[in-house]
Amino acid sequence: MPERCTYIARSTAIAARALAGEMMVMNSTDSTFFTLNEVATAIFQAADGRTPLRDIVRDRICEQFDVDIEQAQTDAEQFVAELSGHGILLVSSQPLSSDSTRETP
Amino acid sequence: MSLMSEVGQKAFDLGVPIAVHLDVTYRCNERCVHCYLDHDDHGEMTTSEIKGVLDQLAEAGVFFLTFSGGEVFLRRDFFELVEHARRLMFNVKIKTNAVMIHEAEARRLRELGIDTIQISVYSHRAEVHDAITKLPHSFERTINAIRFLREQGLRVTIANVLMTANSSDHAGVQKLAAELDVHYTLDPTITPMMDGDTSVLSLRIPGEELTEVFHNPALVGNQEEFCAPPKPPSEQDLEGYSCSAGHSFCYISPYGDVFPCVQFPLPTGNIRQQKFLDIWNHSPEMKEVRSIQAKDLTTCSSCSHVSSCTRCPGLAYMEGSMRGPSTADCEKSFYRTGVPTANMLQQGLSKPRSTSGNTVPLIQIRPLQIQPIEVQPVEIPA
Repeated sequence: MPERCTYIARSTAIAARALAGEMMVMNSTDSTFFTLNEVATAIFQAADGRTPLRDIVRDRICEQFDVDIEQAQTDAEQFVAELSGHGILLVSSQPLSSDSTRETP
Repeated sequence: MSLMSEVGQKAFDLGVPIAVHLDVTYRCNERCVHCYLDHDDHGEMTTSEIKGVLDQLAEAGVFFLTFSGGEVFLRRDFFELVEHARRLMFNVKIKTNAVMIHEAEARRLRELGIDTIQISVYSHRAEVHDAITKLPHSFERTINAIRFLREQGLRVTIANVLMTANSSDHAGVQKLAAELDVHYTLDPTITPMMDGDTSVLSLRIPGEELTEVFHNPALVGNQEEFCAPPKPPSEQDLEGYSCSAGHSFCYISPYGDVFPCVQFPLPTGNIRQQKFLDIWNHSPEMKEVRSIQAKDLTTCSSCSHVSSCTRCPGLAYMEGSMRGPSTADCEKSFYRTGVPTANMLQQGLSKPRSTSGNTVPLIQIRPLQIQPIEVQPVEIPA
């Protein structure tokens, strides 16, 4: 049975900007405000709706931060679940295009 | 310290312009009696110029972007500019009189993910509001627009500028804001016109009424804390800076002039001639503004209010020196606490000489293009 993919995209309702290596993110619908650390920022920036989360973890996180892939995958899923709960990230089992026109902040 | 304050402090420490106020036009469809703008168009930036500015601001690290004017919706390309800003992922706030917002515009603003729309409402009485804006039916149109925006779930703030004509109406406007389910801010400051004309200052509410405003718990929250006598300044207070102007905030006019703040008419460069970051990082004027600590202030460094005063360096600059006192803020400190300021004592005054502001010597050191407004508003939750 083929492995199920998760695709993530940034919501169009958010504002985001990098400040000294950390990403500031605000959801305009409820004004929730977050800052993301370096690893979370890398996942957020790679959330183009087309790249599966496991590929982001393998190619961006493990490559860049020298972490164990299983642990990184678990942490990434937890992070994605939290941000999607706040409407910052959209999650789907199919590729998403909602944010395809957005610049990477 | 809240996360937002931490981020603001970080930007301040790093010298990152985290917030910018951009006026896209000075043209307006209202003619408010207290407005200080020249509403003629002297060569506004084009659509592509403003888009280029937005690209530069995103690159410079700007996160909070306020579009204002004039009336922003008088620009036919306004939605195009907002779309571009949102594509660049700015947190966008819009200041408007809202008379041109109908259902379609409200829907579009919601689709674009606007953070907040701030709308000027002068009174809960249509005849008073319309007399201030000089636009018949403007009250009705503005209130209808607020309803359209709220129907879309957008956050709206009513900005209530107080002056002689509406000084007794703040409770009515606050009630109206609660009925409309929007936030309310009050601003009792009227500032000089951009050409240096101080005649509008006669519209300022009298000092006794300012005292009433500052001692009204419905407006200031914890009145005892808000009106407490000033504490002696600590060494840390004297090492501190006035505000974020030039440190993590700046203002850009419709003509591309960059200033430390909307009400700080010190030109630091023009974005049509230089890159924004060149102005921000290298302008001698910007550097001078940034260098001023409380201990450097000519009169205020010895004032008992120095740690709690809302002293505006821009208003001080308009009075003659960015290191000097701002009389409007001296008056606020006095009417808030009852304690005379060093500036007043130096002039042998136990209370402000005049609340009209007409006696304040206003020196226009340089030509300017500003929209001076929004002086330390008192935030009231809806």
